[in-house]
Amino acid sequence: MATGVGGGRTISSTFSPVKIWLLLPSWLIIGFFLALPVLLMLVYSFLTKEFRGGVIWEPTLAAYDQFLFDRGLFGDDPPKIEWKYISIFIRSILQATGATILCLLIGFPTAFFIATRVDNNKIIWLLLLTVPYWVNLLIRTVSMKFLIRDSGPLNEILITLGLIDAPLKLINTNLAVQLGLFYSYLPFMVLPIYAALERYNFTFSEAASDLYAPKWTILFKILIPIVKPGIIAGCILVFVPSLGAFLAPDLLGGAKTFMIGSLIEDQFKGNAGNWPFGAAASMILLSMVMIVLIYYARAQSKEQT
Amino acid sequence: MRKAFNVKHYNGFFFIACLCLFILYSPLLIVMIYSFNDSLSITKWGGVSLRWYYEVFYGLESEKFKLAAWNSLIIALMAATIATIVATAASIGMIRGGQFRGKSASFALISLPIMVPEIVTAVATLIFFSAISFKLGILSILVAHIVFCIPFAYLPISARLQGIEASYEEAAQDLYANRWKTFKHVLMPIMGPGIISGFLLGFIISLDDFIITNFVKGAGVETLPTAIFGAVKQGIKPNIMALSTLLLLFSIFLVTISYVIGKKGEDLKTKNNKGDKYEV
Amino acid sequence: MNDKKINSIEVTNVTKIYNTGASSTKALKNANLTIYDNEFFTLLGPSGCGKTTLLRLIAGFEDITEGTIKLFNEEIVTLPPNKRPINTVFQHYALFPHLNVFENVAFGLRRLNKEKNLIEKRTMEVLDLIQMQEYATRKPNQLSGGQQQRVALARALAPKPKVLLLDEPLSALDLKLRQAMRVELKTLQRETGITFVFVTHDQEEALSMSDRIAVMSSGQVQQIGKPSEIYEYPANRFVADFIGETNLLNATVEKIDGKSILCRLPSGQILNATSTSKVNSGQKGIISIRPEKLIMKKQSSNERDLKGNLGQSTYLGTDTQFKVFLRKDLSLAIRMQNSPSTSDIYKLGDQVFVSIDDDAARFLIN
Repeated sequence: MATGVGGGRTISSTFSPVKIWLLLPSWLIIGFFLALPVLLMLVYSFLTKEFRGGVIWEPTLAAYDQFLFDRGLFGDDPPKIEWKYISIFIRSILQATGATILCLLIGFPTAFFIATRVDNNKIIWLLLLTVPYWVNLLIRTVSMKFLIRDSGPLNEILITLGLIDAPLKLINTNLAVQLGLFYSYLPFMVLPIYAALERYNFTFSEAASDLYAPKWTILFKILIPIVKPGIIAGCILVFVPSLGAFLAPDLLGGAKTFMIGSLIEDQFKGNAGNWPFGAAASMILLSMVMIVLIYYARAQSKEQT
Repeated sequence: MRKAFNVKHYNGFFFIACLCLFILYSPLLIVMIYSFNDSLSITKWGGVSLRWYYEVFYGLESEKFKLAAWNSLIIALMAATIATIVATAASIGMIRGGQFRGKSASFALISLPIMVPEIVTAVATLIFFSAISFKLGILSILVAHIVFCIPFAYLPISARLQGIEASYEEAAQDLYANRWKTFKHVLMPIMGPGIISGFLLGFIISLDDFIITNFVKGAGVETLPTAIFGAVKQGIKPNIMALSTLLLLFSIFLVTISYVIGKKGEDLKTKNNKGDKYEV
Repeated sequence: MNDKKINSIEVTNVTKIYNTGASSTKALKNANLTIYDNEFFTLLGPSGCGKTTLLRLIAGFEDITEGTIKLFNEEIVTLPPNKRPINTVFQHYALFPHLNVFENVAFGLRRLNKEKNLIEKRTMEVLDLIQMQEYATRKPNQLSGGQQQRVALARALAPKPKVLLLDEPLSALDLKLRQAMRVELKTLQRETGITFVFVTHDQEEALSMSDRIAVMSSGQVQQIGKPSEIYEYPANRFVADFIGETNLLNATVEKIDGKSILCRLPSGQILNATSTSKVNSGQKGIISIRPEKLIMKKQSSNERDLKGNLGQSTYLGTDTQFKVFLRKDLSLAIRMQNSPSTSDIYKLGDQVFVSIDDDAARFLIN
């Protein structure tokens, strides 16, 4: 029988008979207002676009076609691969990867450091780490923008200190976007790694050292492989939201750093939108995310057997 | 003397951890500092002043922001309340329901809003509302918010329930309480801290939401995040920084409450405290 | 002593199976027992024997797979626990942490919608019974283990149930406290006149407190009887072995002579035994003899006495436990009380004689 905190059972038959009624509201709300809309979106991606937004109920592959191929002005020419949109997706993947790597490089040592503090200090460090994240993401992104723009405080300080002559062109670059994504999702990398390190038994490190391994070897050959599940969880928790992010690319990036989020948003704002195309792009994004998640879930359950 | 060998120590990690905190806090601190800047230009420092805070509350755009803030607050309160009720019921069903067919599907459905990227949810919801001709406005925002608040409320509530032994419910039933009374007099009070955490989490998530709200709000309505975004698009003005600082402080306030309540929940289980006078 | 016995609980052909299908477990197999009114009845057995399952079925926390349970001649299996006039003292007490002692004890009365004055009066009455009135405003986490246990007891007694179920209530207490509580519980049962159904794995506890005991193993009731009956006349090998210590020897029935059964041991010797079942000549079985019923002697003129060598001697303060080898592979445990005259006369390896009272050996068929 499953046990709770005090060693007692946590399965009881008190509420079993009414569980359907208890679960029904959440099933209905999420089923009707999310699952159904997503299915509808799938349908829409196969419909024809209406000029001022919306759709005409005529099935077509136009949206996906437009995404992949360039059919020229008259549609008679043999289709060339349309790189414009594909490159946006590839760039998004690269940006998300870049953000993940940044988070990993800074997040892992931070998580390690916190996990190896004395108990009371641990709590203080964790608190310090998470407080900024209770602030609205929009505000955080705006603050980052304010900080790194050409005439912003960062450049001012660097110029005053004589470290650079002209302002660093940080805004509207890929680096700015990755910085923004890093800033947005850092704790999602730190916390899972921290949790995994908490469960790590440092006696393994001592044993390796006893067998003549230097510290950095211990790190890469013993500690990291053992803590890998936490690291992977952290990477996924950063990569997936970064892929579909909107605020960081929009506020910190520009035309050259266009990502999926902005592409999709464009389709639904104003009158120049293409709803089926937006729906198609969303479906592609969703599929990419689902593949990552399912792969991760499979890997997880394999680990446990 | 050589420094003592410590497997838990790696050179440079302390530096990186400090760097991490520095990176996290500096944008926010800069904004806070500049919100007190007396100069009109946001780049030149002109001395300390509260003018921009005054501007937020009484200036040109203050009406717009006040209305947006009000909308955000109302929506957050209602969404969090409804989501908490639904999530509480769902967690009792999932955790006390034993094994049943469709349990993992159920869990997948409840977590769906967290797993689907926000922009996809936004698009799907907009498409759906337009297809059923649901007028876009406060109500549409509310409905969308309830959907994604449910899993966020569900997490702390179900975590709390997991740790509660079934013997309390059995004892209550043994002492003649029916299901509702068992919930009202025993389960709900003990789950208390989890339910409040769930509510606060849902409240903050709703308050902060931008992407989904932006899609389903329609033309005439603004919430605080969408209003701020719109203003930022036209250039960062000092009153935005004052507003941001206020929101920052508000968020910290909410976290503190959440922490205090969480602590109180631990007290229920471990520390000594005086009981109240018993009711007659 | 009441001559006329009223049945408070009747368990008839009760079977309980968990998880039908591949991973199913049969926790109870056709259990039958009857508990009388105003009785201190104990369910005794090792973990996994089904005693807690049976208790939970009586309380109503689990559903019966087969069979019926009657409370004072009324079927209760279809009633949910909150409709049965039975209350439970839980193993880990399950005192509601957010309510103080008074409110915990008053809980059942409140749910039954009793009148306010009655609730107060009855609650204070019960708190008085367990001597916890001064603690009425304390919360459970401010009480010691023993105090929590008493509050759990009071909470279950307050609604005046027809039967009180106790699920290993003393297992979390230390030894001295446990011994003190045994006496208190026994007294409480006498004073209130309520049927107590007590579950434990501690046989000393069962023997000292119960009017009758049901010994259980592997989902089945092995034997029901008074403590002295169970101890002196175990029905089978399991009961003989579980309760107290015993010597178990394979034996075959040689001759039946009225009440006494002559049995032959593998080593060739003959013993006189009694049995509570009907046996036939030539039947194979087990003989059970309690160590304290054997007497070891240096010399013997009785040809029935068994001859052997002293293999081990363990000093236990009040007694000494000896191990005598009748054969290399056949030994007997003997326990004799120490007295100045018996000390130090036996050396390891000495030849000794073991004498058995006519009434000491029991022949068990399984």
